[in-house]
Amino acid sequence: MNETLRRLLFLPQQRSTVAHDIDSLHYFVISVTLAGSVLVFLLAAIFTIRYRHPPEEPPTPNPEANYRRPAVLMEIVILAGLLTLFLTWWVIGSRQFVRLRVAPEGALEVYVTAKQWMWKFAYPDGKRTITTLYVPARTPIKLIMTSRDVIHSFYVPDFRIKQDVVPGRYTTAWFQVTEPGSYQILCAEYCGTGHSAMRGEVIALEPSEYERWLADRPFTGGPAGEAYVEPYTPEEGVSPQMINLVNEGQRAAAEHGCLRCHTTDGSAHIGPTWAGLYGSIVPLAGEAQTVADEAYITQSMMDPTAKIHRGYVAVMPSFLGRIRPAETAAIVEFIKSLRSVPRQGPGGEDPGPVRMGGITP
Amino acid sequence: MTSGTYEADLVGDKEVAPPSHVPTDALVDYLRADRGIRSWLLTTDHKRIALMFYVVIVFSLILGGVFALLLRTELLTPERTVMDAVTYNRMFTLHGVTMVWLFMIPAIPNTFGNFVLPIMLGAKDLAFPRLNLASFYVYLLGCVVTLGAMVWGGADTGWTFYVPYSTTSQSAVVPVVLGIFIFGISSIMTAVNFIVTTHTMRSANLSWFRLPLFVWALYGTSVIMLLATPVLGLSVIVVALDHAFHLGIFDPALGGDPVLFQHLFWFYSHPAVYIMILPAQGVMSEVVCTFSRRQPASYAAIAISSLGIALVGFGTWGHHMFVAGMSEFDANVFGVLSMFVAIFSAIKVFTWVATMHRGSIHFNTPMLYFFWFLFLFVFGGMTGVAVATESLDVHWHDTYFVVAHFHFIMVGGTLTGFLAAVHYWFPKMFGRLYSERMGLLTSFAVFTGFVLTFFPQFLLGNAGMPRRYYSYPARYQWLNVLSTGGAWLLGGALVLTLVNLLVALFWGRRATANPWGSRGYEWMTPVLPPKTNFAATPVIGRGPYDYHRPEEEAHA
Repeated sequence: MNETLRRLLFLPQQRSTVAHDIDSLHYFVISVTLAGSVLVFLLAAIFTIRYRHPPEEPPTPNPEANYRRPAVLMEIVILAGLLTLFLTWWVIGSRQFVRLRVAPEGALEVYVTAKQWMWKFAYPDGKRTITTLYVPARTPIKLIMTSRDVIHSFYVPDFRIKQDVVPGRYTTAWFQVTEPGSYQILCAEYCGTGHSAMRGEVIALEPSEYERWLADRPFTGGPAGEAYVEPYTPEEGVSPQMINLVNEGQRAAAEHGCLRCHTTDGSAHIGPTWAGLYGSIVPLAGEAQTVADEAYITQSMMDPTAKIHRGYVAVMPSFLGRIRPAETAAIVEFIKSLRSVPRQGPGGEDPGPVRMGGITP
Repeated sequence: MTSGTYEADLVGDKEVAPPSHVPTDALVDYLRADRGIRSWLLTTDHKRIALMFYVVIVFSLILGGVFALLLRTELLTPERTVMDAVTYNRMFTLHGVTMVWLFMIPAIPNTFGNFVLPIMLGAKDLAFPRLNLASFYVYLLGCVVTLGAMVWGGADTGWTFYVPYSTTSQSAVVPVVLGIFIFGISSIMTAVNFIVTTHTMRSANLSWFRLPLFVWALYGTSVIMLLATPVLGLSVIVVALDHAFHLGIFDPALGGDPVLFQHLFWFYSHPAVYIMILPAQGVMSEVVCTFSRRQPASYAAIAISSLGIALVGFGTWGHHMFVAGMSEFDANVFGVLSMFVAIFSAIKVFTWVATMHRGSIHFNTPMLYFFWFLFLFVFGGMTGVAVATESLDVHWHDTYFVVAHFHFIMVGGTLTGFLAAVHYWFPKMFGRLYSERMGLLTSFAVFTGFVLTFFPQFLLGNAGMPRRYYSYPARYQWLNVLSTGGAWLLGGALVLTLVNLLVALFWGRRATANPWGSRGYEWMTPVLPPKTNFAATPVIGRGPYDYHRPEEEAHA
């Protein structure tokens, strides 16, 4: 029954401890809503047929036009019934709301920082991730959230939770995942050009795997790493070592949020495209230019304002100290692997920036 | 609400107003009373001002509709279809601002309210005719400033202007909010005019409980406009000052509070929903009584619930902010107050349906729009109660469910109300009859298109698609395609409606003074009302819904 209604209403899977109860109220409310509106509509339709004035006859006075006695009692009964129904929803809904808002004692705390347009997570022992939130399944998790710029909203449809993330104050949310898996995070409060790309994921691990991940997370291999790296199809004539490095670079670029601003297919976005970048001549702000070699690419990651690509705005944060050296090398390798992907600008040039919300180059 | 005795039905103090079916040479109709472009642009005749509003408002609807179609077309595919993200964000801001402030808020009060309110009161004009004209030009100035700023500089904040995004955005936020401030002034001018007119210009014997229900609806609307609009004006001015001079009232970096803006914004914008829907409810009360040939099942219930909505509607704004970080206690208070406001709307729905019971129902275009209104209003309203249920709102907030909900109730309600009014008062405003067959056909198409557009959006919201998304996960695509198809159908149907009415305007059959056989006071005037509405100030000694008496007697 639950499953049928859930699918009928297009609700996402129920993967938090509160999802099932909230959906039950959802079914109740929506069925009454649909039934009520159809009932009123049908009643009006029946009256229209039953009391229809013959269309060819001219209008005549209606001797029934005046109510001798309005049906006050019936009206009061119906309205009282309706109010009782609404108040029942309120009682159930507000109790569930309190449950949704008050985290259990001893929940695992993760600090969340939102900024245009990425999610950052800081774990109690000092570990940090971007975009991907790792949590143990079947354990209550409390998020303590703030924003560095504008209002965002942390939303995981599979958990039925949502909480605005407001600059200048901390808000909290909590959830307990019922089974391991990957669940999408969406930003639900409009925050500018990249709003709809401000996605992330919650990866719920078995508690034992989570402990291992917390202790150390190897690049390749290991239980967590292997399971969630997208498979990479090797091309002809590429050495296996290169495959691993390119593969790892792609993963690291996604995890650190690089791909939110840089495209890999040559199309325009907030930052210069990575397609065909390696080895090309990069026009810099002013009259200067440079060759995009390993040194330039690495410098752009660590000190992005040093050499700004002409036409782009200096909005990229420094990743110095945030990306491990091995990941840096892997990202450079990944960019090199895209050298033959055509760019969509005129004459195969960089297509130039998509203008960001609020900032005109 | 029966009135016991009927001695003087309609007696002028000097002469009896000529019966509607007798042509009069003495009274030149308002369209031909004066000639020349100046006589239109500088007119103080409420009917001509209403027509000028009508033209600009229909133009606004077309403009907002084109923006909507562009948005829906972009959403056909998960990634870029026809425009980039920046254009998309500006487009939905344009769509929202145009539809809310240029179309929906003034749509019914400033056209049909302006046209029929004085006639329904037996008055020659509104209490302040020049203020009425000023209200039109202030509105026009608002249109020019807002649209000019949007086209020239663009604004990408959404119609809600949430801070700190709006105070830090480099787009043309300041001129756009100034434009909205100007609209506010126009709203207040109209509201003051309507309230004063209703209090002071009623003809002798026309007591409050003999007022047509449309007048009650306009009165309730005006009260909300007068009380809520200053708060909006203040909030948007503070946004502009924050933006221009970094005052920091809403900016957390300077010690301000961004959530304060949301409170102020919704304190206006939730009641603004009732500014849009109350006049539509008023239209429906007129339509259902006229075509059921019945007195409303309970006149007092409809009249008083208009005021009830106007007042209780001020206590529910917090339900827009359940996930904004408000306390559980506040959320519960706003939650329960929202349940009460729904009851007033339910009273109206029951009364309308009960009015049809044992009526003598004439089925035509305005009545068909009443049916659509009934469905959209009940479903939209009940989903409003659903989103006011706190735990459910957490999942739905800022998703397409909310988009679908407010399009059902606010747009569906206002649009069907507007279209019902367009058809219902067409013979009185222009002296012609539209093609009933085409009217019914376009009405069917409008409803089909509307439901096809927004029903999939309820499901998209359930599935978790947030609103204002330029790109979306591919699993949401086919519902989006369905919705876009519906939008095109709706757009086409509205164009056909316009064509049908334009054809009627130039080539339609000549109407009689009272083609619907209504007992409403506005139908006592000649085919086209003369400039002063009545030959002499009428004394109205009967109710506006006396269908138990023959028309000749009622309108004698």
